[in-house]
Amino acid sequence: MTAIIQIENLSKQYGSGTKALSDVSLDIQEGEIIALLGPNGAGKTTLISVICGLVVPTGGTVRVGGHDIRTDWRAARKLIGLVPQEIALEPFEKVMNCVRFTRGLYGEGPDDAYIEQVLRSLALWDKRDAATRELSGGMKRRVLIAKALAHRPKVLFLDEPTAGVDVALRREMWEVVDRLRREGVTIILTTHYLEEAEEMADRIGVINHGRLLLVRPTSELMGEFGRKTLTIEVTQPLAAIPDDLAGRGLHLSPDGRSLTYDYDTRADRTGIARLLGDLAGQGIMVRDVSTRQSSLEEVFMTLVSEPRQEVTA
Amino acid sequence: MSGINWPGVRAIFHHEMTRFFRTITQSLLSPVVSTVLYFVVFGAAIGGRIQSVEGVEYGAFIVPGLMMLTILQQSVSNASFGIYFPKFSGTIYEYLVSPVGWIEVTLGFVGAAAAKAVLIALVILGTSFFFVGVHILHPVWMLGFLVLTATAFSLLGFIIGLWAKNFEQLQIVPMMVITPLVFLGGAFYSADMLPPFWEGVAKLNPVLYLISGFRWSFFGLADVPVGVSLVAVGLMIALCCAAIRWIFATGWRLRE
Repeated sequence: MTAIIQIENLSKQYGSGTKALSDVSLDIQEGEIIALLGPNGAGKTTLISVICGLVVPTGGTVRVGGHDIRTDWRAARKLIGLVPQEIALEPFEKVMNCVRFTRGLYGEGPDDAYIEQVLRSLALWDKRDAATRELSGGMKRRVLIAKALAHRPKVLFLDEPTAGVDVALRREMWEVVDRLRREGVTIILTTHYLEEAEEMADRIGVINHGRLLLVRPTSELMGEFGRKTLTIEVTQPLAAIPDDLAGRGLHLSPDGRSLTYDYDTRADRTGIARLLGDLAGQGIMVRDVSTRQSSLEEVFMTLVSEPRQEVTA
Repeated sequence: MSGINWPGVRAIFHHEMTRFFRTITQSLLSPVVSTVLYFVVFGAAIGGRIQSVEGVEYGAFIVPGLMMLTILQQSVSNASFGIYFPKFSGTIYEYLVSPVGWIEVTLGFVGAAAAKAVLIALVILGTSFFFVGVHILHPVWMLGFLVLTATAFSLLGFIIGLWAKNFEQLQIVPMMVITPLVFLGGAFYSADMLPPFWEGVAKLNPVLYLISGFRWSFFGLADVPVGVSLVAVGLMIALCCAAIRWIFATGWRLRE
């Protein structure tokens, strides 16, 4: 795969002195979905805004499809579609005209057949003649996506695409993103919903204090940083945890039928083998064993609370 | 010029004109009513006591001034509102992330604002035919001055819209600067009618040169040479273009 976006040593310091981005470097491959995670003010939106042309960087370079965003900005921007975080639409404009307008801005001639296809794929075709102010919040967000797709971009930025939308609509958005992925569109999204990143992204980047802490394939990140919980079901209910097993971090369920044990997958010794041996030594018969991966939220909290780490892009 | 994104210019121009035609009645009715009132007050009531100005019937004499007053007000307000509204609603991001630069955005917004202002001025000219007999000596020059002046003041309005941070700022420059300059720029009188000192002061007013040139195209009468009027409007267009180019290059009040 080739990198469609190449970010090198990107920095942004605002006039107020706030450092929003510090020396960020990242390659984004064509056709992948990358999720940028980070707490409020981490620098996610600034990163997107710099690439799209809304914010002027103070250092570093960004190339989109090989075009520098500052010296060859027209060619670079033609490849990009942006769905902003805030819903910003002309209230009196009809949906169809909104999308036509964006297509024109990108230097494309009229193509109502393609716009119809986009609106149908976003379940907006029936609303094509409605003024945007008449639409629900979810529909308005879909209009923003339709506008961002109006010129067939190769790269789509989704800044908090499901912020403030209900669960059903969030699922609907995920389906839209999945469809775009299948069409080969490279997608960069920022999100607060860690479940969203876990569900959709091929890779996850974690940003905090303007620094890209890490970028890893989602599955690798989950495996590498994930905590797991081992649940041991016993054949005979236990009244209490035996004294010899105290201090191991074991928890007994109220019915006495299962023991749970949290462990770190990164540790050299997880202590599972020894625990199972000791249980057998105590004459406790194990009926079943299962493990549960910790959620990305827990992974994320672990990362941002740990001391700053080196970037791995 | 081949690098210009013409579909982008067309999209902005069309978008702005659509907004104008969506409120066509309001857009046209208000200036027409105002003009009728000016004719009633200045033309009929006061004009009855003034026989003629430099051989031109007073009612006809004020037609270029009224058209110029409308052109200036409409150009500034259309262009300033045109670019301020996307800033207010947040849709400005579209212009900043798409492959349109200062030339395309300016051509689209200023072109539309000037086109609207010229259209309204021509409607006012048509209205004036119901009140006075107006003969246009140089119709091509008249149209030329109309378009150039509309362009110059649309550019100024565009800068005001880029500069404004709220609706109050958006209205304060047209109200406090443009309107007084028009009234003091010979819209309803010839600068020759003023005492020598005030005639000298009036000649410091750039709007006087525009109205003078425009009136010349109607009656062949001018307070200042026509060439000076053309240079004045050309200079204003050049200065405004330079300012807009600077705003877009630095991102002042547009990009962070």
